[in-house]
Amino acid sequence: MDIDRTNVIMSPLERRLNTISRHLIQGCFSDSTSIVASPAFYGASVFQNVAQAPEDPILGVTVAFNKDPSPLKLNLGVGAYRTEEGKPLVLNVVRRAEQLLVNDLYRKKEYLPITGLSDFNKLSAKLILGSESPAILENRLATAQCLSGTGSLRVGAEFLTKHYHQRTIYIPVPTWGNHPKIFMMAGLSVKTYRYYDPTTHGLNFKGLLEDLSAAPNGAIVLLHACAHNPTGVDPTQDQWEHIRQLIRSKNLLPFFDSAYQGFASGSLDTDAQSVRMFVADGGDCLVAQSYAKNMGLYGERVGALTIVCKTTDVARKVESQMKLVIRPMYSNPPIHGASIVTTILKDRNMFYEWKLELKAMADRIISMRRQLYDAVSARGTPGTWNHIIKQIGMFTFTGLNSKQVSFMTSEYHIYLTSDGRISMAGLSSDKVPHLADAIHAAVTSIA
Amino acid sequence: MASRTAISCGIARRLSSGYGFATRSMSSWWTDVEPAAKDPILGVTEAFLADTHPDKVNVGVGAYRDDDGKPVVLECVREAERRIAGSENMEYLPMGGSVKMVDETLKLAYGENSEFIKEKRIAAVQALSGTGACRLFAEFQKRFQPDSQIYIPIPTWSNHHNIWRDAQVPQRTFHYYHAETRGLDFASLMDDVKNAPNGSFFMLHACAHNPTGVDPTEEQWREISYQFKVKNHFAFFDMAYQGFASGDPERDAKAIRIFLEDGHLIGCAQSYAKNMGLYGQRVGCLSILCEDELQAVAVKSQLQQIARPMYSNPPVHGALVVSTILSDPTLKNLWLKEVKGMADRIIGMRTKLRENLENLGSPLPWEHVTKQIGMFCYSGMTPEQVDRLTNEYHIYMTRNGRISMAGVTTGNVGYLAKAIHEVTKSS
Repeated sequence: MDIDRTNVIMSPLERRLNTISRHLIQGCFSDSTSIVASPAFYGASVFQNVAQAPEDPILGVTVAFNKDPSPLKLNLGVGAYRTEEGKPLVLNVVRRAEQLLVNDLYRKKEYLPITGLSDFNKLSAKLILGSESPAILENRLATAQCLSGTGSLRVGAEFLTKHYHQRTIYIPVPTWGNHPKIFMMAGLSVKTYRYYDPTTHGLNFKGLLEDLSAAPNGAIVLLHACAHNPTGVDPTQDQWEHIRQLIRSKNLLPFFDSAYQGFASGSLDTDAQSVRMFVADGGDCLVAQSYAKNMGLYGERVGALTIVCKTTDVARKVESQMKLVIRPMYSNPPIHGASIVTTILKDRNMFYEWKLELKAMADRIISMRRQLYDAVSARGTPGTWNHIIKQIGMFTFTGLNSKQVSFMTSEYHIYLTSDGRISMAGLSSDKVPHLADAIHAAVTSIA
Repeated sequence: MASRTAISCGIARRLSSGYGFATRSMSSWWTDVEPAAKDPILGVTEAFLADTHPDKVNVGVGAYRDDDGKPVVLECVREAERRIAGSENMEYLPMGGSVKMVDETLKLAYGENSEFIKEKRIAAVQALSGTGACRLFAEFQKRFQPDSQIYIPIPTWSNHHNIWRDAQVPQRTFHYYHAETRGLDFASLMDDVKNAPNGSFFMLHACAHNPTGVDPTEEQWREISYQFKVKNHFAFFDMAYQGFASGDPERDAKAIRIFLEDGHLIGCAQSYAKNMGLYGQRVGCLSILCEDELQAVAVKSQLQQIARPMYSNPPVHGALVVSTILSDPTLKNLWLKEVKGMADRIIGMRTKLRENLENLGSPLPWEHVTKQIGMFCYSGMTPEQVDRLTNEYHIYMTRNGRISMAGVTTGNVGYLAKAIHEVTKSS
């Protein structure tokens, strides 16, 4: 007779003895002193069919690099700045801010508000929009501190899915690998617009205009504010103006990703021009900002999402809805990185010092571009290579194909993403010859 | 003169760009956005801060206060930060966060010498405190068990509902709190467990239930675990108060250990917000116990895939504080002492509050004040009584009658008791 366990009335003690005896029957003693239940006892996991996810293509490059024992290896994968010595850099001004914070005995570590540190939000908006921006003066912004660029994009996208009438976002081809995932996970459908022209290693302006013209009215458009990732190809000022007119004429909603302000040209204002141009015309837009690169705060996850609205009243309502997106995601943002940023932006001397250090990083990258271009030219490597100096920001889209990339990795221990993107920030003067040799070999031996 | 020309040129340019036409029709994008309701918990502190009354008391949000009503930064945390400042490397953590921090954190939940840790059967990632850990799990549940629902106790922390809703996992509730006794409705709880379809997902508070402070006894936990085994249910533990409930982290993990002994493959969200006072640093961990190492690797990789389009990788600073403390025996001992100190102060305030209420001759029973455990006391007061407390006595708490005992001090317990007595004596 089968005993239906659910109907057997046992006292708690009896039940406990029952459990232990079941352990014993299944012979689960691993040694004489402890009871260890065997896998057979558990029943299958509800997640037994979960397959291993593929490695993230960008972060996976560093994983592979770390495994390589060769002394010649060079990591041109993930976009984190390196010094001439190939070391990560914590800015002096950041270290100073850190010290001020740790010495401030009155500093608390309580929860931030859902939208983050208020001073941080105001200063970040000023940084990207300019302190004279009409949107700021007219108090019609909703800003939330978020987890770096990724977090800002995700919160913005979730907000749009809930409150915007159009669920389609247009992203450039190519774009940062994480962009489509962010938007899809948030519930938007992702379409593309042409951007990069492989034949010129520059902007496919005609294709861009055609594709955005064909987009349905009201669609969302992702724009890289400067230093397009991965190509380094940015529109000129005139091209931006043209793009702006087209976007406004079709009521498309611009969503800026600003991950490199100050890093591209060395000037914070220059790198913000595209965003400011759009805000100046009075229309709506969204801006995601990151301090990962320009303040070297990568792992602290500091960023901000700003939604530019028509009126103060609308901005307040929008902000309240942003909170409803954030609260069930992580409740409130991390305090440490935002405190560092605020300390720096608030203090005139520290702000100035930051600008100098930022320009130094940008200048080193520009110098690397020059050196690489000269080295490749000197070797007479077939093809045109002036895109190395025309492109801007942390990355160069070399134009190398994935086979050539694999070759460079296996033969020369040079690590880069398979789309041929190299992080100039990972290059140093002494490594330029090795890289130039690798490019030359790849281009000449593999089609 | 010149500037006026420049301005009018600017305007002319804008009009000629054809944008003037577009402005009129663009005004409608956000005007239909409704103002969102204030968060019921966080809105309380906002209201408190705006109040200028000298006797105001904040027993709303669950952030610890010392006996002077001041927020506390633990000594072990200060020391850890002193060590870190100047040498913290701010590079990106891996998507799964700090391995060192996660390893130490698993020991707290699963046991210092846990077989599961040794066998590498736990898929674990650093998460954005407890909220982030729950959200990662909810999204993972949606992706890999798309037909499942989540059973949530009544009542629970209000944000639990938001988390699983935004992850698009349908919710059911199970009985938990017994209003008449201000204790556990064990019989109804067990009925709900038995009546749920086999293989249901349940969210359980590992200790110091929020908002009621009512925890099952050890025997009750064993019965729940047994019934879960019979029904093949999945147990997801939200452990936000380990160490804070009894003062002893090992004791506070008892429910989890019982389930592990009984062979459940649990999920667990852990937070350092309260027990290490790291609230704003957003440090926590999500773990899922798997059948074997291979499965754990697969599950972890999928959790990372969920984190990547949400925030890429978690913040480094708080994780560094945690791993600095937990990997140094001296600092870890200091931490354990400080956690016990916080828990003891709260237990002391419970005793004082109950004494005061009984000495005032309250006609109502207040035994639950000392029976309940952790940061919160579910007073049993109605929303109307709570409103009176706020409006007449400037005492701030959530309208479900939840008192954050961490906000009670020697200095305000008398005032608090008197006010509670006044609004409840006629009921």
